[in-house]
Amino acid sequence: MSKQLKQLGDDIWKNQVEKINSELFTLTYGSVVAQLCKDLDNNYDQVNNELYKMGYNIGVRLIDEFLQKTQLSRCTNMHETAEVVSKIGFKIFLNITPTVSHWTADNKSFGLILVENPLADFVELPNTEARKKLWYSNVLCGVLKGCLEMVQLDCDVSFLQDSLKGDENTEIRVKLNKILKDEIPAGEE
Amino acid sequence: MSYYFAILGTNDAPVYELEIGTYRQSGNGVPHLPNELQELEQFILNSSLDILQDNQFKDTGLFSKNLDSFYGYKILSYLTQGNGKFLIMTDLKNHDESIRQFFIEIHELYVRNLLNPFYEINQPIRSADFDTRVRALAKRYL
Repeated sequence: MSKQLKQLGDDIWKNQVEKINSELFTLTYGSVVAQLCKDLDNNYDQVNNELYKMGYNIGVRLIDEFLQKTQLSRCTNMHETAEVVSKIGFKIFLNITPTVSHWTADNKSFGLILVENPLADFVELPNTEARKKLWYSNVLCGVLKGCLEMVQLDCDVSFLQDSLKGDENTEIRVKLNKILKDEIPAGEE
Repeated sequence: MSYYFAILGTNDAPVYELEIGTYRQSGNGVPHLPNELQELEQFILNSSLDILQDNQFKDTGLFSKNLDSFYGYKILSYLTQGNGKFLIMTDLKNHDESIRQFFIEIHELYVRNLLNPFYEINQPIRSADFDTRVRALAKRYL
């Protein structure tokens, strides 16, 4: 199964995805973050929130493109979801395949370890306060949150560690809260 | 036998400076610039900028190994395409080639630093990482 997913991810990356120059991408994201820091007077908690919101708004749209390109059906458990996120989601949009690890015993929470992070090339955080508080790539958490929410998975997504801060790895933690029910919008029968 | 190395930004404002001794001839990297020279080094480099600017649009190369001299110290320069300037003042002779290599490697570091979104052009380079890398290069080439 996981072999197939990898194959599918590779195929889509090769044939169906529009690609841009990675430096253009990295520098664009960098300017966004730097400008946010400036606009919010280096209030890094607020910057994190803002990035998260931006990501969320990307995520709720991106999931449709993802489903249209992959034609995948519903995952049966979280393990499968994690594999799809890593081997196809990250692959087709960022051309990286994070390692899935650190499952908790209840199988509801896992870590995604980013060996390389295309958002963070060239970046060096400016001061110790930023090193403590700023999650530079927080947009990714928002994207995951948005995507998963649109497929009825209510999750908490956050960074656990970031190599920009001097940590060993860059790890995103995904924790499933509950599976949302398909509900009829209020006011409709 | 010492070096004084400085990076000047596009508006000639100093961005980074380093005094370092040679590692050749059994040196250990400790600079031995006389006191009276230490007080003057910024002036000496800045005064050589005039010559640099005169030559800027005549020479095709980036590197100039005899830009200027000051009482036995000579000044070498490297001008990036973006108008950043790397200058070295030294009393070592016959090390032009390794200094050129040093400049080329510094150029790469300098560009990487410019690409950091938190760095603003012509601001002092305060990154500790940059400093360590420059010192490592100095150890290798100077």
